[in-house]
Formats: sequence, C-alpha cells, structure tokens
Amino acid sequence: MPTVPALLLATSSRLLSLAPVDLAIIVVYFAMVLGIGFYLKRYTQTGEDFFMAGREMTAWVAGLSFLAANLGSLELMGWAAAAYQYGILATHWYWIGAIPAMLFLGIVMMPFYYISKTHSVPGYLQLRFGEPSRVLSAVTFGFMTVLMSGINMYSMALVMKVVLGWDINFSIWVSSLTVAVYVVLGGLLSAIFNEVLQFVLIWLGAILVSIIGLIEAGGWDGMVNRIAQNFPGQSYTHLWSGLGSFSDNPMGIHWTGIVLGLGWVISFGYWTTDFLVVQRVLTAKDLRSAKMAPIIGAGFKMMVPFIVILPGLLGLALLPMKLTGEAEAVATGGHSYNEVLPLMMARYCGPGLLGLGITALIAGFMSGMAGNVSAFATVWTYDIYRPFIKKTATDAHYVSVGRWCTIIGVLVSIGTAYLVMQFLSIMDYVQALFSFFIAPLFGTVILGMMWKRATNAGGFWGLLAGTVSSIGMWAWVKADPSAISYIALSSQAKDMAENMYRALWSWIICVTVTVVVSYMTKAKPASELVGLVYGHTELPSEAHLPLHQRPMFWAIIIAVIFFILNIIFW
Amino acid sequence: MHRPGLISIWFFIGVLLLIYGVMITGAGLWELVSPPENPVVMANLHAGIWWGALLLVIGGFYSYRFKP
Repeated sequence: MPTVPALLLATSSRLLSLAPVDLAIIVVYFAMVLGIGFYLKRYTQTGEDFFMAGREMTAWVAGLSFLAANLGSLELMGWAAAAYQYGILATHWYWIGAIPAMLFLGIVMMPFYYISKTHSVPGYLQLRFGEPSRVLSAVTFGFMTVLMSGINMYSMALVMKVVLGWDINFSIWVSSLTVAVYVVLGGLLSAIFNEVLQFVLIWLGAILVSIIGLIEAGGWDGMVNRIAQNFPGQSYTHLWSGLGSFSDNPMGIHWTGIVLGLGWVISFGYWTTDFLVVQRVLTAKDLRSAKMAPIIGAGFKMMVPFIVILPGLLGLALLPMKLTGEAEAVATGGHSYNEVLPLMMARYCGPGLLGLGITALIAGFMSGMAGNVSAFATVWTYDIYRPFIKKTATDAHYVSVGRWCTIIGVLVSIGTAYLVMQFLSIMDYVQALFSFFIAPLFGTVILGMMWKRATNAGGFWGLLAGTVSSIGMWAWVKADPSAISYIALSSQAKDMAENMYRALWSWIICVTVTVVVSYMTKAKPASELVGLVYGHTELPSEAHLPLHQRPMFWAIIIAVIFFILNIIFW
Repeated sequence: MHRPGLISIWFFIGVLLLIYGVMITGAGLWELVSPPENPVVMANLHAGIWWGALLLVIGGFYSYRFKP
C-alpha cells in the first residue's frame, strides 16, 4: 500500500487553516470514538469477544470494516497523488488489483477459513502445514504489522504538519493513544464498530470534492477535455490502451505486469492472506455472511476511485498551478503531487466542510492503525504466546495478554515513528520488506486449500523459499540496478514494475518448491485434512436460498460491473 | 450483532451525522448571511448548506431507525 513520501513533504508550508467549527467537528469525532470504546468494554469479556468480536457481525458490518481497515488516510492522499501523476492508470490498484481477489476470497477461500474456525491466517497454516509454517508466518506478520503501523503514523503526522501546521508529536500521541484506548477497552468489537463509523465519515468527507469538481469541470467530458488542453499529447484517461509497451505509459509498466503481478499475485496475496483484512471477515456470524462480506467490500472498493482517483484527475483539469515531483517542489517552492487532495479540499470546502474532510483523513488513519494493532494482538496472543509461552491459562488471562499486546503494539508503533523520524531511509526498506511476505504466503495458502497432496514440509519450505528469493531479488536490484532487466523483463521498467514482477517470481518459486517438496515427502492422511482442503471439506449447499441471498449471485453482479467499467475506461 | 442491549453501530453513526449536520448547516448559513472575504471556488453552490442538510436527514433517519 502506498504512503506519502515523508522526507520531502516536510518542507512545504501549511496548506489549510481551520475555523473553530472545523476544530469542533474533529473534537466531536474523537469524543465519539472514545465513547464507543468505553461503551463496548462491558460487552468484551471473553477471548472470542476481544479477538473475534464474538463472531457475530452481519455481512454488512464485516464487509465495511474489511474495507475500512484498508482505507487509510495515506491511501487516500497517496493514490490521489498517483492519479495526478499517472492519470487513471492508478485505478488499476482499485479494480483489477482488488476486485477479482476480493470475490475469490468470498466465494472460494472463505469457506476454508471459516469452517476451520481458525482465529488467524497463521492459525490456518498451523492446522494445514504445522507449527513451523505458523511460526514463520506469525513472526513476520506481527513484526511487520507494528513497523508499518509506525511508519504510517509518522507519515500521517507529517501530513498533518504540512496541511494544518500541527505539531508532529501532538498528532502522533493523540491519534495513536485514542486508538489504543478504544481497542484496549473493546478489542476487535470496538475496532470494527469504529471502522464502520470511520468508513461512513471517509465517504461523506471526501466525496464532496469529486462532486463539486465535476460540476466545475462540466462533467466527465469537460474534465477530460480540460486535461487534454492542459497536458497535450499525454494520455491520462485510458486504463488499458497505453499498456502495450513499457514506454507508452507514465508508469513504465506492461499489461502483463498489471495482470499477472498486480491483478494476480500482489492483489490475491494482500486481499486473501493479509490477516489485517481477513480478520474482519472471520468475525461474521455465519458462513453466508462471511462469504458476502468481501463481496460487499468489493462493491464499495469499486467505487473508491470516485473519492480517491477522481480528485487527482480533477486536479489535472482544474488546478491553476502544475504540481511536480517532491524534489522539484522543494527546489521551486511549489506544490507536489502529494498535496493534490488537500489543495482540492481547500479549493471547495468552506468552514465545516473542511473539518469534515480533515476528519475523514484522520478517520482513515485511525481505522488503518486499529486494524494493525488488533490483528497484531490476535496473532501474538493466539499464534505465539499461547502455543509457545503459556499453553494452559484461563480465557481471561489471554484477554488480558491481548490488551497488553495492544498497548505494546501501539508503543512499538510510536517508537517506530520516532525511529523513522531519525532515519528516514528505513521507510523504503520496511515497505519493501512487507511486500516480501505477501506473494509467497498466497502461494502457500492457496495450495494448502486447493491441493490435498501438499505436505507440511512442502508448505514450510515453499513459504521460506518464496520469501528468501523475494528478498534476494530485491537485494540484487539494489546492488546492481541493471538487474531490473532480468527481474522485470525490461531495462525500461520502473520501481512499480519491479515490484509486480518480483512478486510474481517469488510466488512461482514458492509454488514450485511446495510442489516438489510435497512429492518428495509423505502425504498427509485424509482425516487430517477435513475442513481444511477442497475435496475433504463438506461445503454447505446454498441451493435452498433465494437467488438474491446467494453470495455467488452478487459476486457475478460485481464481476459484470467490473468488466463493464474496464471496457468503458479502456 | 444480536446481543441483548447492545446498541447498533448505525445508531452511533446516525447521532454523529446529526451533530455534524447541525454544525455544517449552521456554518453554511452563517457564510450565507456573512460572506467571507475570500470565498472558496464554487461558493455560489452553498455546498455547506445542502451537504449539512443531507447529513441531517441521514443522521436523523439512522438515529430514529436504530434508536435503542
């Protein structure tokens, strides 16, 4: 997931000034999320309550929470910036980079996660491939989650400093301690309640820029014409037609990288195996709700470009100044791509509306952070503490450990934020590190669910080989930049393309090693695969449900809309 | 969420939107009677008033529909 480059943001002057009513709106928001946390504490007594929200969420609540955990404020600002820089190509990260994977999670993978009654993705790996795979997955996930949380926290504080002039320390401590309080009090139940609320605020706070911008531009056609006038000879409004060659589009990427790297490996890896988002779906009250939740999330995800990509495109059409890269903005005292969303907010939002827009950004940050710390607490408690440190303890003890983990997770995140402040290059390394684990993990999980011949040794060595090879490819390109022509198949490929292809290769290596090692080792007996693998799991029939209640029906609807949108904006 | 006594999340959302609706509509009306020296682009749309009113309507509906 993208973040705003923090190093260079720090040099801009304050973009917006808040009126008293704007500040009041932000204060009311903080009061509400804390109030929800205090209210829900009485409903969070058992481990199932604290870590899994009682497994009684409706499909809508689980689905919106699933999406909100991913919709961080830096996601909003980062992709609006990408839309200004690359045009509508950035939409691929919301459509082909999300929708097929979310539908696949709902229809194909969710039954195995849900029927196995696992608490987490590492927990599923333990059931399917044994302890070594779980440990490898849990340790890397827990470590990277809190580090990423800290990096996002620091980036968010920098954004608030640039946009509003707020002190970095104030932003870091107030927002993160608020998240800590409501997650410690109400656990995942509180995190999910607040994520749904934050989801609504994100939409209501951000969509106004797109609506007024389209009115000013004279609709979609008016916007496209203005972009063509402002940037003659450049294609900013076509999704696929410029992807036939690495040199025909501003991302320097080929359609194979988008389809296979982003649309297959990275997207499926993130949306189907990253416990940060999968945890939300596991809280559904029944299997049908668990299957519907990602499908509902996919429906809303498909619309997110309206509040994220469109403001970037409107910036291309309407802003009187030309935004530039960070280095040029710093040198010239101008504005960078990353400031496009705040600039558009400042353009249209008067007192009150500006407060709502800023609240949307803060809500985005807090939903993402709550997702990180609640997932961290669950994985640490259930996948590391319980199996390796204290196997037999009361349920209340594990809840207590979960609460302490939340506090520790937040404190480590804050520590990471300050570490990044001192050593900014850490950001690039940690973000790259996070991507190392996603693609191979998807290879391991999908083989675990779909191929009954996969063995414990195959799963573990495949996961390890995929991860190590991903790190190796990254280090190779760092040491010798010309190696990108081997990794990304072209010397013209840019960083984004390298990420896509590195993910693809590491997934292929993971799958290959898993298959080879599995055939070299003894197959697991069928009795150990019940509820975990296709062919040994009885999937409940939905034939008795009316058509409009069947997840498959809605998945097909979403898939059809997805194809139509891609053709319209081809 | 079927726990006895647990207030629906939609009620909390309704209350928050209701409060925001009052504040944003109020700010929009204040701008109408006392226009700022440097208005935002498209200020003639009076977005604060109708967006605030929309929040009021949605917030009112959810507060009532999901009241404890």
